Amino acid sequence: MARMNMVQALNSAMDVMLERDPRVVVLGEDVGYFGGVFRATDGLQRKHGEHRVLDTPIAEGGIIATAIGMGVNGLKPVAEIQFADYIYPGYDQVVSELARLRYRSAGDFSAPVTIRTPCGGGIRGGQTHSQSPEAVFTHVCGVKVVMPSNPYDAKGLLIASIEGEDPVVFFEPKRLYNGPFDGDPHKPAVPWSAHPRGEVPEGHYTVPLGRAEVVRPGKDVSVLTYGTMVHVAEAAVRATGIDAEIVDVRTMAPLDVETLCTSVCKTGRCVVVHEATRFSGYGAELVATVQERCFWNLEAPVLRVAGWDTPYPHAFEWDYFPGQARIAAALKQVTEAA
Amino acid sequence: MTPRSRLHVPHPPARPGQEPDFSYLKISPAGAVIRPDVTASARDMETLSLEMVRVLGDDHRAVGPWNPHLEPEELQVGLRHMLLTRLFDDRMQKIQRQGRISFYIKSTGEEAVAVAAGMALQPTDMLFPSYRQQGLQVVRGRNLVELMCQCLSNTHDMCKGRQMPIMYHWGSGNIFTISGNLATQFPQAVGWAMAAAIKGEDRIAASWLGEGSSAEADFHYAMTFAAVYQAPVILNLVNNQWAISTFQGFAGGEHRTFAQRGPGYGIPGIRVDGNDFLAVYAVTQWAAQRARQSGGPTLIELVTYRAGAHSTSDDPSKYRPKEEWRAWPLGDPIIRLKQHLIALGEWSEERHARLEKELDAHVSAGWKEAESYGTLTSGPSLDPLTMFEDVFKEMPPNLKDQQRELRELREAQGGTRSAAPAPSAAGKR
Repeated sequence: MARMNMVQALNSAMDVMLERDPRVVVLGEDVGYFGGVFRATDGLQRKHGEHRVLDTPIAEGGIIATAIGMGVNGLKPVAEIQFADYIYPGYDQVVSELARLRYRSAGDFSAPVTIRTPCGGGIRGGQTHSQSPEAVFTHVCGVKVVMPSNPYDAKGLLIASIEGEDPVVFFEPKRLYNGPFDGDPHKPAVPWSAHPRGEVPEGHYTVPLGRAEVVRPGKDVSVLTYGTMVHVAEAAVRATGIDAEIVDVRTMAPLDVETLCTSVCKTGRCVVVHEATRFSGYGAELVATVQERCFWNLEAPVLRVAGWDTPYPHAFEWDYFPGQARIAAALKQVTEAA
Repeated sequence: MTPRSRLHVPHPPARPGQEPDFSYLKISPAGAVIRPDVTASARDMETLSLEMVRVLGDDHRAVGPWNPHLEPEELQVGLRHMLLTRLFDDRMQKIQRQGRISFYIKSTGEEAVAVAAGMALQPTDMLFPSYRQQGLQVVRGRNLVELMCQCLSNTHDMCKGRQMPIMYHWGSGNIFTISGNLATQFPQAVGWAMAAAIKGEDRIAASWLGEGSSAEADFHYAMTFAAVYQAPVILNLVNNQWAISTFQGFAGGEHRTFAQRGPGYGIPGIRVDGNDFLAVYAVTQWAAQRARQSGGPTLIELVTYRAGAHSTSDDPSKYRPKEEWRAWPLGDPIIRLKQHLIALGEWSEERHARLEKELDAHVSAGWKEAESYGTLTSGPSLDPLTMFEDVFKEMPPNLKDQQRELRELREAQGGTRSAAPAPSAAGKR
């Protein structure tokens, strides 16, 4: 075991897979010689060579499209899109191509491409470096969508994504790269070394896709969340003293309905939390699933805490970010309801 | 031996610790390149995409058919704009280092690209810059305080706190809003120019992007539409050699010049010394005249060098020789224009030093005023409730609800909280 932050854990996952499987290649803007603007691929080109870790032209559509071609020709490409906010030029290649190759060719063709991309705010990145666009991918049939909340899961889920035969869009909450940020920007940063999930095996292991995890057991209310908001929710729960059960969704598609709904049926109350904007956000899917499966167990309406329905601003970042106060208010509201 | 394919991986001429090497750069002598008539066919001027238009010679004299014969007063204005741009950049970078703004992007070493082009266009022409042409704002007389307030996201911020620093806009100055996503403005400029032609105006559009982002599909949309409709637009490709850590070979510059893409689309492509104020002025003037006469678009490759980091989030010493900029064979645009004016007997080191001091004081005064309107960490701040405005023309019910929710939340928390510093994101662009 080693202490790793999330960047090191992701780096280790790619390193392990480049070592184990000659089909694995890594490509993206600045990922080669430089090692990535967030250092996630640091040292990989030096170690595995420039035919397996490739710098690319600045063309997200080109990166995803060529990754598809490589995948069709037997490789397992891991493509980095530098910021999730830059992924849209590649959207057609994901929606119309990557997600449907297997279906439209009745299994004759497929491309096991993993697209890694940093998402989320809290870094003063404004509208082009802060977005959480997971819902525009979970709505696409044929791609898996993942977002880890800690280094251990990040490495295990990334290895599982690369080893799988289906395409995966792998979102990395960049505010968690260096520590478990709890939503309070006034507190000094906490490193991953102080967190149990900063303990990461150096070798190969997987965290299976499609499985949520109960990260805090509780009996009064279920909080369904993922990414950075797992830690923000934990802090809000501590602050309110409410005995909430926090479920880290981890894989948004396919969804682990069983774990989520077992929790909600037990507690009878539910708050859904995500950083992405609220309207038609992924939370709507969670709420719909909960009401279908848990309706007769519910004691209160299911609430959502999410980003406001505006582009992500540069100023007022902490008025925009769905922080502890808003989660605490929602927790109180659902637990105090009759 | 069995034939087999092998991937070619471009390599820059030098990495950290190695000697800078710009021998790959083909440079024409000043005055050597022909200047075709603006009505000439694109087919008859393909040589312009291979050569390099240069006016200023090593002896600091202006030579050849591209000499725009500007009056000394105009040259002095150009020098002033470039120097002001540089001093402004230096100051803002320093302020970012002090943590008083979140991010900055300098244009150091490539000031002529924006300043000379901006001066060669009409104030009514519409500009679609990328994030490294702040010189255009200077040319059009923007009050620096407004730019500083945008970087500060303060109470006088033209973007109302919604954009990262340097993402300016200026409707009345005919400068489009800058996007953090690359190359998107290029085809938009073509559309703007098509509209000008549809409406029968004589205004033209000009856009800028980096050689790195010319790999984006948007570049090719722009070229195709501009060629098909012969839109009155100037498409400027700023080849500053580096796109964060990848050199221009990764954008396709190893085998052909970027200007050569023009003839491929049936558009004149002109390769120009981007650090030669007079040459940039002259080719822009030529392209503008051509566009105004229904001659259609021009692709201009401006060969320059990104002397600084990509942004304040970047550390170029990790991927290129630290002193590479010193070896750049096309020099510094400010020094070159200064030497030219001195050679003309229209400038002196003393006057230059005086001007520098005057402009520096101007920047200082501007900063003092800008700060009084608030900073990221202190002073008056914008009302966060304004973040719900301008999503739509009329605020829809869901946003009204959310605005009310935030108001109540803030009241419950006792009003304003001070903003906290945040870690900077590497590679933000």
